[in-house]
Amino acid sequence: MHVTRIERIERIKGAALAGARGLALSLLSLAGSLVLFVTSVVSIVCIVVGVGLFTTPPLLRLVRSHADVRRTLAARWCGVTIPRAAYRTRPGDRLPGPLGQPDACLRMLRDPATWRNLRWLVADMTAGFGTALLPAALVAYPVEGYALAAGLWRVFDGGVWWYGFIPVSGQATALAAAVLATLIAVVAYYAAEPMLRVHFTLTRRLLAPHGAELRHRVEELARTRHDAVDASAAELRRIERDLHDGAQARLVAMGMNLGTVDALMESDPATARTLLARARADSVRALEELRELVRGIYPPVLAERGLSDAVRALALRMPVPVEPRTELPGRPEAAVESAAYFATSEALTNAAKHAAATHVRLQLTHQYGVLRIDVTDDGRGGADPEGSGLRGVARRLDAFDGTLTVNSPDGGPTSITMEIPCSLLPPGSVA
Amino acid sequence: MRVVIAEDLFLLRDGLVRMLEAFGFEVLAAVDNGPALARALEEPSLEVAVVDVRLPPTQTDEGLRCALAARRARPGLPILVLSQHVEQLYARELLADGKGGIGYLLKDRVFDAAQFVDAVRRVAAGGTAMDPEVISQLLARSSTRDRAVNRLTPRETEVLELMAQGRSNAAIAEKLVVTERAVSKHTANIFQRLELTVSDDDNRRVLAVLAYLDRG
Repeated sequence: MHVTRIERIERIKGAALAGARGLALSLLSLAGSLVLFVTSVVSIVCIVVGVGLFTTPPLLRLVRSHADVRRTLAARWCGVTIPRAAYRTRPGDRLPGPLGQPDACLRMLRDPATWRNLRWLVADMTAGFGTALLPAALVAYPVEGYALAAGLWRVFDGGVWWYGFIPVSGQATALAAAVLATLIAVVAYYAAEPMLRVHFTLTRRLLAPHGAELRHRVEELARTRHDAVDASAAELRRIERDLHDGAQARLVAMGMNLGTVDALMESDPATARTLLARARADSVRALEELRELVRGIYPPVLAERGLSDAVRALALRMPVPVEPRTELPGRPEAAVESAAYFATSEALTNAAKHAAATHVRLQLTHQYGVLRIDVTDDGRGGADPEGSGLRGVARRLDAFDGTLTVNSPDGGPTSITMEIPCSLLPPGSVA
Repeated sequence: MRVVIAEDLFLLRDGLVRMLEAFGFEVLAAVDNGPALARALEEPSLEVAVVDVRLPPTQTDEGLRCALAARRARPGLPILVLSQHVEQLYARELLADGKGGIGYLLKDRVFDAAQFVDAVRRVAAGGTAMDPEVISQLLARSSTRDRAVNRLTPRETEVLELMAQGRSNAAIAEKLVVTERAVSKHTANIFQRLELTVSDDDNRRVLAVLAYLDRG
């Protein structure tokens, strides 16, 4: 096939780029993976003496992001997609309080994905390093050959400089080195990019989740989907019932009253007037009920202003003083916003109603791709995570892979943490 | 009196125009979206604007944001904001500049034409018209926290609610069917029990009451 000049230049550029990327990857593999592997192993061994319980979770989280970096690079540089790991443990998954760290540590160690990550580290700092360095070497080595031919060999006057298998000791052998360099350059021209791909294919082999893991994930998704569908069906039934018994009935009564008014207008204006007043009152009540219903489906302030302001508005309506701190640089997608809002609402209502709290702190943040809501009250504690209210919240969050953590010792205080992994849309874009 | 109306639903906009015209207002413009509202609010002869919170093109709080921007440009520009629902968050934003000439009412309030028009006139005159819903939320919240509000007699609580909506003593007297003297006696008691400084200015009165109800 005919290759145009432009295509050839592109290909040379591509090979050079693959070389540079290979170099960067090899450094990442050697330095990153080696350091992470050694520290992780040391940390895991130190669990025996206790220290490891606290150092292991953050280290393992670091390993996860190290692996995620490789996923991103694979997709960006070579178009190799490495499926995300199906971690059983998520950052927020842990017992609250002082037991949290050890608990998070044990959970992470029971997660097969953790061990797969560690196996990958070993492979990455050896085979991964080699496969990344090779394209870099192929691209760089010819340069040395040409440099020798151009006169570099004179510097080592008297000695022998090995270029590949050629002992360079004079201009003749230096020219032979240039010939070899050309050969290597040709190989690099064709092979640098595919070799980089080999590196990422190897990475995918080791990092992509296995069958058992995926099965576990599918089971989890089936369960949460079932819960979500169930919850929304129950919600629709509630809306139907509320409309049927409330606003609809009131409008019918209003229509009847107005019909009677029509008939009585001439004969009994006084009664007609009373009925008119009643019809108007009915219309006001119907509107109030519809307003309540709308608030229960999707709060208008959430639609108008987004999660931060909706949560602040919610805080203003609470009978106990709520101190809201919201730091969201954008808006999550609408479904996440809605789930987060209702979860917050439930948590605040619990604090006001059951905990006999006099002060509630509410914090809303988004960090490392996780939306986090902390609700802390100074009430009497003893909240039951298995109670219907909190279970409902947990289900709501489940549908988004979110987590709910409750720490509520008897005598208080209660702190509730909700986390939902999600990204934010930049401010100004309408959800 | 010259008025601008912003409401995106045709039926409501039409109804508002008719109602205000029937009460002798001159409608300068009746618009259905945010940018058109922003332009209409620049009209120098404008005396009061009636604005829906939610307007196209964003269908979010475009109307409210237009109103706040217009008041930054022309401090004290009288604006009555209407909404399908009322939020204290919005009420605070509207009252924040302390300039008066602000109203924030549920759309249902237009059912009582006379009272609604009275609210528009009050706002145009530099007073305030806060929705009873906002006030009752504030009162409910304050009473669970703050004993001073609980010490008020039922009649005093009624007077406080009307005062916080922005009504004058005369209007409160009429509404509660008592003499104006009785109302001023109640207000004096309320100010004393809530430790508020008395002021003749209707608008400062409202701000004082709201600030008190809202504290803590």
